Amino acid sequence: MSRLIQDAAITDASPVVQDSPVVQDSLAVLERTRSTAETYGIPLAVLAELTHRCPLQCPYCSNPVELDRTNSELTTDEWKKVLSELAEIGVLQIHFSGGEPAARKDLVELVQHATDVGLYSNLITSAVLLTRDRLAALADAGLCHVQISFQGNEPVVADRVGGYRGGHAKKLDVARWTRALDLPLTVNAVMHRQNLHQLADIIQMAVDLDADRLEVANVQYYGWALKNRAALMPTIEQIDDTTRIVEDARMRLKGVLDIDFVVPDYYALRPKKCMGGWGRQFFNISPAGKVLPCHAAETITGLDFESVRSNHSIAWIWQNSEAFNRYRGTGWMPEPCQSCAFKEIDFGGCRCQAFALTGDAGNTDPACTLSPHHAEIFKVAEAESSAGADRFLYRNFKGGTLEPQDEARQDISNGR
Amino acid sequence: MTEQPRNRRMEVSEASKPILPRHARLKFDETRQVWVILAPERVLAPDEIAVEILQLCDGARSVADIVELLTAKYNAPRADIVTDVIAMLQDLADKGFLTQAREAAP
Ligand code: SF4
Ligand code: SF4
Repeated sequence: MSRLIQDAAITDASPVVQDSPVVQDSLAVLERTRSTAETYGIPLAVLAELTHRCPLQCPYCSNPVELDRTNSELTTDEWKKVLSELAEIGVLQIHFSGGEPAARKDLVELVQHATDVGLYSNLITSAVLLTRDRLAALADAGLCHVQISFQGNEPVVADRVGGYRGGHAKKLDVARWTRALDLPLTVNAVMHRQNLHQLADIIQMAVDLDADRLEVANVQYYGWALKNRAALMPTIEQIDDTTRIVEDARMRLKGVLDIDFVVPDYYALRPKKCMGGWGRQFFNISPAGKVLPCHAAETITGLDFESVRSNHSIAWIWQNSEAFNRYRGTGWMPEPCQSCAFKEIDFGGCRCQAFALTGDAGNTDPACTLSPHHAEIFKVAEAESSAGADRFLYRNFKGGTLEPQDEARQDISNGR
Repeated sequence: MTEQPRNRRMEVSEASKPILPRHARLKFDETRQVWVILAPERVLAPDEIAVEILQLCDGARSVADIVELLTAKYNAPRADIVTDVIAMLQDLADKGFLTQAREAAP
């Protein structure tokens, strides 16, 4: 008995958050049997981007610059069919995201359907469109977890970054309702040069909100964020401070708040294993139904992504489509990756970033110090970080709007 | 100033009446033919014995009750089983995936 129970220790089979230190390749337990996907096991979790509509306009938004229009979005019935199919092939968790998923009138209905087919549902939201009643309805429909994005710890910086007045106060309300409904809460904070000075306060805010987890995410520079890189790139000093603040908080808040954090890769020696490797553990469905290896994959032009509207099944697309297979494994890799000892550890980094910074998604991610592009890109980034160009280009369907040049706003952004 | 928040995780003892919170779902995964616990951003893979223990955690039984059932079933020394059951449950509690049943009104 004793021996049997020791074996019973709960093992983290596969944390499903990407871009976080908890991604370890410990899929072994769940990959033992691969009944549906023969070569690449069906992911445990899938991200459903219900819409690209969003009342916020974050300058680092990970949606593609070319946003999906409302009239191209999957219908309620199409999404329901997708959810049923995902559950059937072995997906266990669904992340409802966007854009802002609450911009869909059928959100409660879709969460209910996810519950009905046995999927564990997470809501990834900017929160500003939610009312208390709607959140309660989502909880009743079986929603399991809420993640709310924050742009700062107080309204001046936060509402400026999100480009949405009153947004911060609304987020605080929704966070409190979430806990009042006894739903677990993750605070997601995207950090960059213009809010990193608030990190300690953001951590305290998460504690005060009784959050279970805090994700300290760093901007990834492709799509909108690349257009805003000069306004967002942190300085090296900020990164050093950040690491210290996070490490201190992790110790102090053990058992109170879990903190996920990865050093931003412009300042790391090796790139992160993006999405656990292209087409290995994760896929994403865009508002129009494209099945993508990650939420930013459409920033790579020239790759053709299959749609759930095609006559292929989702499992077929995952296993066989050209876009998934192109950068799977290590065979596609050029030097320096091909002969590198780390190639199965980081899979050559992020394809979207490689494309954004070198024009070829098949290159080594320039975040790697071994990339021939690294030195130059790092130098530019460092220069940008200290040049003080703080003006944002806001994300919207018009291809972006430059932040008004208003004295007051400039003061705010320099007030660190 | 803000007080240091209290530890939100529960301490598992023989008297605890543990139950999985609604956000930690024990489920049999038909595709992979294994039991899993679904939690925020996590999928955990408990083994058979852990599953057996968790299925007994209904918020009414105490840890002592569960130990008694297992002692009888496996015909093993009680002391060993107590230690193992508490260790497994505490591990889960530390991750935030185990809770106590609220005192039920009569
Ligand atoms: S990053 Fe900002 S703008 Fe983009 S979807 Fe999220 S909340 Fe909306
Ligand atoms: S050369 Fe390629 S495989 Fe090696 S560390 Fe750099 S990105 Fe990773």
